[in-house]
Amino acid sequence: MNRQITKLAVASLILLAALIVGTTYWQTWASAGLAEKQDNAIQRVAQFRIKRGVIRAADGTLLATNVRRRVGGQTLYFRRYPTGRLFAQLVGYSTQVRSRAGLEQSQNAYLTSSNANLGTLLNKTIDKLKGVTITGNDLILSVRPGLQRIAMAQLAGKCGAAVVMNPKTGKVYALASQPTYDPNLVERHFNKIQAIRGPCQPAAPLLNRATNGLFTPGSTFKVVTATAALNSHRFTPDSTFEDPGYCTEYGKKVSNAASPDGPAEAFGTVTFAEGLQHSINSVFCNIGKSIGAGMILNYMKRFGFYKDPALETPNDEKAPSGLYNNGRLFFPSHPSTQVDPGRMAFGQERLAVTPLQMAMVASTVANGGVAMQPSVLNRVVDGKGKTIVRVEPKKLGRVMSPTTAHEINSMMVSAVQSGTGTAAQIPGIQVAGKTGTAETGNSGINTTWFITFAPADNPKVAVAVTLENQHGFGGTTAAPIAKVLLQAVLNQGSKKR
Amino acid sequence: MTLRNRELLNLIVVGMLTALGFASVYIARQSVVSTASLSYAAFFFGLYLVAHLVARYAVPYADPYLLPLAALLTAIGITEIYRINPDDAFRQGVWIIIAVAVFAGTLLALRRDYRRLESYKYIFGLTAIGLLVLPALPGLGTTVNGARLWIHFGSLQFQPGELAKLCLIVFLAGYLREKREVLAQGRLKDFGPLLVIWGGAMLVLVETNDLGSGLLYYGIFLAMLYVATGRLLYTTIGLALFLGGSYFVYTQIAHVHDRVTIWLHPWTDHKVYCALNGQMALRQDCASFQLVKSLYSIAAGGFGGTGLGKETVSTSGGHPLIPSLNTDFIYSALAQGLGLIGISAVVLVFMVFVLRGMRTALLADDGFSKLLAAGLTFGFALQTFIIVGGVLRIIPLTGITFPFVSYGGSSVVANFVLLAGLLLVSNRANAPRGA
Repeated sequence: MNRQITKLAVASLILLAALIVGTTYWQTWASAGLAEKQDNAIQRVAQFRIKRGVIRAADGTLLATNVRRRVGGQTLYFRRYPTGRLFAQLVGYSTQVRSRAGLEQSQNAYLTSSNANLGTLLNKTIDKLKGVTITGNDLILSVRPGLQRIAMAQLAGKCGAAVVMNPKTGKVYALASQPTYDPNLVERHFNKIQAIRGPCQPAAPLLNRATNGLFTPGSTFKVVTATAALNSHRFTPDSTFEDPGYCTEYGKKVSNAASPDGPAEAFGTVTFAEGLQHSINSVFCNIGKSIGAGMILNYMKRFGFYKDPALETPNDEKAPSGLYNNGRLFFPSHPSTQVDPGRMAFGQERLAVTPLQMAMVASTVANGGVAMQPSVLNRVVDGKGKTIVRVEPKKLGRVMSPTTAHEINSMMVSAVQSGTGTAAQIPGIQVAGKTGTAETGNSGINTTWFITFAPADNPKVAVAVTLENQHGFGGTTAAPIAKVLLQAVLNQGSKKR
Repeated sequence: MTLRNRELLNLIVVGMLTALGFASVYIARQSVVSTASLSYAAFFFGLYLVAHLVARYAVPYADPYLLPLAALLTAIGITEIYRINPDDAFRQGVWIIIAVAVFAGTLLALRRDYRRLESYKYIFGLTAIGLLVLPALPGLGTTVNGARLWIHFGSLQFQPGELAKLCLIVFLAGYLREKREVLAQGRLKDFGPLLVIWGGAMLVLVETNDLGSGLLYYGIFLAMLYVATGRLLYTTIGLALFLGGSYFVYTQIAHVHDRVTIWLHPWTDHKVYCALNGQMALRQDCASFQLVKSLYSIAAGGFGGTGLGKETVSTSGGHPLIPSLNTDFIYSALAQGLGLIGISAVVLVFMVFVLRGMRTALLADDGFSKLLAAGLTFGFALQTFIIVGGVLRIIPLTGITFPFVSYGGSSVVANFVLLAGLLLVSNRANAPRGA
């Protein structure tokens, strides 16, 4: 029987060796993936022993810091957010019971120094061996608290979002979303956050409307359509159109939108430029039918639609903009038959976009046709104060020729000077802008927009403002807010000089 | 050096390791645990010294490594249990005292000639069946996590399957020793008993709702059948029958089906029906909650581990993060504390134990002893594989215990009897001729 016993011994050892192989898989190969799982409470709780890096605004204001507490013989570091509601959705939270959100989630590797940087790894290992508390890396953001405070105040009492960014670098100066919440309440008083109500259903204070809110773009989308029409040389700013007050699609009349001055009107013979200046739907409807939905989709992709923007927030807290079908991003395989080009051209159809994406559209025009990757992170600094990562501006790509950009820039200037966006005028500064008033399906209730940049000849700032459930128009509701934000940035710039 | 002195030396090493383990937990959790924890190590060293003295008297020629290895595994187990819950560790300590007493009793009772057990093989066979049926009796059986493996007398819970396993091995060793030549010829009618035992395993499976126990008993049977007859074909056919039967059970019994689903797809992206609360939930938040949390614990250990006593097993508020941590999932707690290096060393200890057991079977000079030692050793290895393999998602997770390590009285007692059996066989095999 000894031969059999030997074989049985080998079989037993193989069974046990399989356990070592299995353990090796989970502890090395799969370990990083499991650590990132949202329901991995062990990882989360264990990281409270780490003295997490702080998060600061561009001017050094503390947005997230630590409170040291002894619990069960251990020193744990709990989070505190000195600016409370101000940067709630952007900074997010790091708690034991409700996981993490915002930059606290997406930048967790830096904040806990578990990023795969050799220097960080070495420091961390030495700290671990010495039994010293591991210290995370600090984040320095590009956001400006003063500007953010103005944006949040402008949006207060409303449901909406505002994005302020530098069109030349893609750096985000303010990312405001209302209703907001106090991240200090997440760990122990989450019910108070759940009880928050607003003038929209659901109020969803946790939702970052600026990056994750999907809204019908309305006429702001005409900037995208115009880019496609001009850059493809199918039209020029001087191309003329006959506006009877409506556009005929599939045998039906689609009327122009009403304006603050009265009901829909017929403009007669107009140029392409006047079409954008006065936001004439019939003009864009005909442009859309002429260039086709496929062409518009191509330009959307150049602008960054159909992809998550590169902003440093978590992937599940930002949405790609584009056509949506039943709540899912819709990639038409035959745009000419699947998409209504006329309605798409003036921003209706099934378009759903984020305020961030529309800010990127304005920025691209402002930046001479080159789209920049949006970014909110300036630097990562290690525990000893040394900068380990500097986030440089990155190009997303050239969307249109400088000539096209210049043409659209001028049309947007006309829209503010003597078109739909006059409420955004700033004395002494040339402002370019485009209004949007999107129908929501509920008669008389609109999503209103304003996208803008200034000064038009040398843009320093681009803004997108979105408001939900408005009875007014983009030019009357969103444009005044955008103007305040433009002024706040431009005045601060001039004060420094 | 005599075998027993070598055993003593090994036990001293184990005693020092135990002291180190408890000291590590003590240092890490100073504010929570008392200095009394340090006396645990001394206490266990004393206990094993008693076991050693009994062995010195009853089985002087037995393998000198088996007892220290078992002692080491028990020490690792109780250290971790202590870290998770000091009260459980105290109860487990009491069970270890009982186990060592039973161990000593077995050695003393059978020290002259354990082979007389062979004549009672049918009594052992019937006892095994009786013990297996116990949990199914109304009023006596308890269902834990959907599996009926427990019986209770008042507040005392007991898993009779552990003892049934030992009885089954004694029965098979006797029966197969007697019938091995006949079986090896492979006449069709001799497949009768094979089919009967296959049916029995299936019955156990259906009755206890537990794939693991069925696999364990049946695996031991197939292994011993192979050792007795040398016919790999039987094992292959037997394995095929088992897999076929398991598949049938899988399609018929919801509990087994669920276990397999959890095994194959522990994480879902979309919400699925949750039988626990009747609502829609992600599977990792519902049915596979335990498995997934335990995998997180293993992964958290990484290469070097967090260190004994520094594992994260609860929130700072004391809310446990991994369910059944000191029983089914003690391996995950250990893997987190010891890391890949440490836990591999623990598995190596199991391997060395298996090698010493198999060596005993090789050295034994009669069929019954060989079959007994091989059966006990393989049962030990297979049980380890089934529970840890379940935790590691190599096979579906089942509710059997982790030998010597996990919390549970019946398990530790049964495993010490198993150890006594191996020592008895080893003693006889190593004894000088004519002694």
